[in-house]
Amino acid sequence: MSHLLLSDLSPGASGVLNRVGGSRAYRRRLLELGFVPGTHLKLIRRLDVGNVLEVELRESRVSLRISEATVLELVTEETS
Amino acid sequence: MSRSVVAIAGNPNCGKTTLFNSLTGVHAKVGNYPGITVERREAALHLPDGRDAVLLDIPGTYSLSARTAEEQIAISAIAGLNRFQDPDAVIVVVDGTQLARNLYLALQVLELRLKVVVALNMCDVLEREGVAVDTDKLSEELGVAVVRVSAIRGDGIADLKEAVSNVLAADGVSHGVVQRLNGTVGSAVDAVMPEIPEGWSRGDGERRAALATWALLSLDEEDELWEVPEALRETVLRQRRLVEEAGEDLDLQVVSARYQWIDGVCARVMGELPGALRRFTDAFDRVLISPIVGFPVFLLVMGMVFEALFTWSAPLIDIVSNVMSVFGESLGAVLPEGLLRDFVTDGLVAGVGAVIVFLPQILMLFLFISLMEDSGYMARAAFLMDRIMKAIGLTGRAFVPMLSGFACAIPAIMATRTMERRRDRMLTMMVVPIMTCSARLPVYTLIIAALYPAPDQAGGKVFGFFSLQALLMVAMYLFSTVLALVAAAVLGRTLFRGESSPLLLELPPYRWPSPFSVIRQMWERSRLFVTEAGTVILTCTIVLWVLLTFPRDLALSRDYAQEAVTIEVTGVAEGVPEDAIIDQLSVLGGLEDAERLRASWGGRLGRTLEPVIAPLGFDWKIGVGLIGAFAAREVFISTMGVVYGMGDGVDEETVPLREHLQAEVWPDGRRVYTPLVGLSLMVFFALAAQCMSTLAVVKRETRSYRWPVFLFSYMTGLAWIASFCVYQGGRLLGYC
Repeated sequence: MSHLLLSDLSPGASGVLNRVGGSRAYRRRLLELGFVPGTHLKLIRRLDVGNVLEVELRESRVSLRISEATVLELVTEETS
Repeated sequence: MSRSVVAIAGNPNCGKTTLFNSLTGVHAKVGNYPGITVERREAALHLPDGRDAVLLDIPGTYSLSARTAEEQIAISAIAGLNRFQDPDAVIVVVDGTQLARNLYLALQVLELRLKVVVALNMCDVLEREGVAVDTDKLSEELGVAVVRVSAIRGDGIADLKEAVSNVLAADGVSHGVVQRLNGTVGSAVDAVMPEIPEGWSRGDGERRAALATWALLSLDEEDELWEVPEALRETVLRQRRLVEEAGEDLDLQVVSARYQWIDGVCARVMGELPGALRRFTDAFDRVLISPIVGFPVFLLVMGMVFEALFTWSAPLIDIVSNVMSVFGESLGAVLPEGLLRDFVTDGLVAGVGAVIVFLPQILMLFLFISLMEDSGYMARAAFLMDRIMKAIGLTGRAFVPMLSGFACAIPAIMATRTMERRRDRMLTMMVVPIMTCSARLPVYTLIIAALYPAPDQAGGKVFGFFSLQALLMVAMYLFSTVLALVAAAVLGRTLFRGESSPLLLELPPYRWPSPFSVIRQMWERSRLFVTEAGTVILTCTIVLWVLLTFPRDLALSRDYAQEAVTIEVTGVAEGVPEDAIIDQLSVLGGLEDAERLRASWGGRLGRTLEPVIAPLGFDWKIGVGLIGAFAAREVFISTMGVVYGMGDGVDEETVPLREHLQAEVWPDGRRVYTPLVGLSLMVFFALAAQCMSTLAVVKRETRSYRWPVFLFSYMTGLAWIASFCVYQGGRLLGYC
C-alpha cells in the first residue's frame, strides 16, 4: 500500500479514496458527488494538454482539473 | 379544486427534461424564477384520475445544498420556502445506470416530508444489459413508490402518471431514511433546529431537522443565499465552529452517512453493472477528446457553427428583409401620404423588421447548441477548452457564445444560458458584444473603401504584397478579439471577482438528440426573444424614428414644394426627358430630407454632442449617424446617406456616398474624413455598445436594467477613450 494523489494516477489505474481536502465549497461538492473516503476510484483518462482528467466512481464519471485533483488522496491496491 | 403542483427534480443529464416533455407534450410556459436568471418551465400535466396538475421543472442538480442563489432554487422550489409555492408532490428522476449518485438527491427530498414518487429512468438500458433492479425492494427501502421508466422510449409514462395520482390522493408523506447522527454533529443539528422558521418547517420536527442539516451544509461565511434569517445564519456559523473545535468533520459525516446507506441499498437492489455499459461512449471519447484528434474535430465543429451563423442564415435574413420591405411598401401604397404612413412604414414596420431579422441566426445557433447539448458533445467542448478559457478567466462553456459573437451578439448572449454559474454568465455577456459582429462589417467596408487606397492605387499595398484594405479589416477583427479577452480578464479580476471555481464536470453518455426537444428549444428561444427583447427593440426603433423625424413644422430654407412644381412645369414645357425630371426631383427630395434631419431632435442632439465627439475627430453629422446606428450599426450608413442628402437608399458599396465622404470638409476647409478619422471611427464602432438590441437582450437575460446600463457605459466609455487615443495620438505623430 502506498499513498498518492488522484492527479498522479495514470489512465486505467485505480485506488481507494483516503482523504478529501480542498476549500470548503469544492470539498462539499466532491463529497456529495460520492468522493467519500473508502470509495473506489478509477482513472479513465487524462488530457495533460488540457489539464483535465476523468475519473470513475460508483458507476458515474466526473471530470476534474489535474491541478485541482491534488486534493484527493488515495491508497492504491498495487497488484504488481 | 385548485390545480395541484407537481415538481420534477433530478441530477443533470438524468433524462429529466425528456421525461418532462413526455409527461406534458408540446406546450410549456417558460419564464424565470423570481428575481433571478434561472429559467422556470412549467406545463400542464393531465393525470389519469381526471385531475389537472402543473408540472414544474426544477433545475438539474446533484444535491439540494446550495451556496449561490441559483443553486438555492432547487431547495426553495421543492420545499416551498419563502416566496416559493409548496409543490403537492415531487417526482425524483433517478438514472438507474448511476443509481448511487442519483439516490443522493432522492434522500434529501425524502427528508423533507413530501409526497414523493421516484422515477427509475434508463430502464431500457438496464434491461438490454441484463441488469436486474428489484424495484419493489427499492420502493420498500425508500418508503415511496418507484416507477420504472424509459424517458427516451416513452416507456412507463402512464404508470408514472398513475403513481402521481395515487400519491396525490393519499395522505402519507415521505420520511428520511438515513439515521440521525449522534455526537457533536447531532448536537449541532439539534441546536440549529429552533432557528428554522416555522414557515419552513410547517411544524414538522423531521422536516425541521432536515432543513437544519441543509443549513449546516449550505451556509458559510461567504455563501450568496437569499432570505436566510440572520439568527439562523449566526447559529449555523457558531455550531460549525463548535464542531470544528471538537475536531470533527460535519460535511464529511453527513455525506458519508448518506452514501453508506446508499451503498448498502444499491448492493441489495441491483445487480452488478457490466463494465461495457459505456462502450459506445468510450469509443467515441477515445477519439473526440483525445489530444491529437479531439482539438481538430472541435475546431471543425466550431467552424460549422460559425459557417451556419454567417453563411447559412444569410439567405434567410435576406428573405426576412425582403418580406418586410415588400410588406412595408404595400402598406405604404394603401395608406395616404403623410405622417401616419411614415410612422407605419419607417417606424412600425422597420421596428418589427429589426426584431425578426435576428430570428434566422437565433434559430441556427440554438439548433447547434441543442444538438451539442443533447448529444453530450457540449460537455466535451467544455472539457477540451477548459484550460484555454480558464486562462482568460472564463469557463470552457463560454467558448460557443464567444465564437457566436463574431456573427451577432444577440444569439450569443442568449447562448450564455448553458453556463451554470452566474459569474461566468454575466462576465461572458459583458464581453461578447465587443466581438466583431457582422453588423460592423458594412461600416468598416464603407470607411476602408472610402478613405484608404485600393490595392491598385498608390500606397494600397503593404510590403508590395498585402492589400492595405484587407489588412485593415483583419486588424479590426484582431483588435476586437484581443480587447474582448482583455476585458474578460480585467472584469473577471475586478467586478466579477469571486473565487475561480474548481471544475467538476460530468461527461454524460452520448445520445441521439431528439428532434422534438431540439425543435422545442429553437421555438422557445425564438418566442422568448420576440416577446421580451422584441418589445424593447420595437420601442427603441419607434423612439429613434420620432427623434429623426420631429419636429415637422420647420421653417425650411427653401420652398421645396414650390421648387418641385417649378421643376415639373418648366421641365415639361422645355421638353426635358421624364427620367431627368425624376432625377432632379429626387435630388431635391434628398436635400429636403437632409435639411429636415439636421433640424430634427436627433440632428440637434448630434450638434449638442459635437463638443463631446470633436476630440475623436468627428463632426456633428457623424454624431447624427452614431445616433442612427443605435438602431443597428449598419443603419449608420443609411443615416449618413440622408445626412448628406442622398436619401436612405445607399449602402456601403454606393460610390457617390464614398465620394461624398471624401469631399466633406470642416468650416475651415480641412477634410473631415481623413484616414486617421476613419481609423478613429472604426475603433469607436468596434467598442461602443451602440446596438439597442444587444442591450435589450441583456436586459431580458439579466432581468435588470443595471447590466445593460453598465454594458453601455463601460463599452462606450472605452470606445471614447480608445478613439481619443487613436485620433489625438495620430495627430501628435503628425498624421492629420
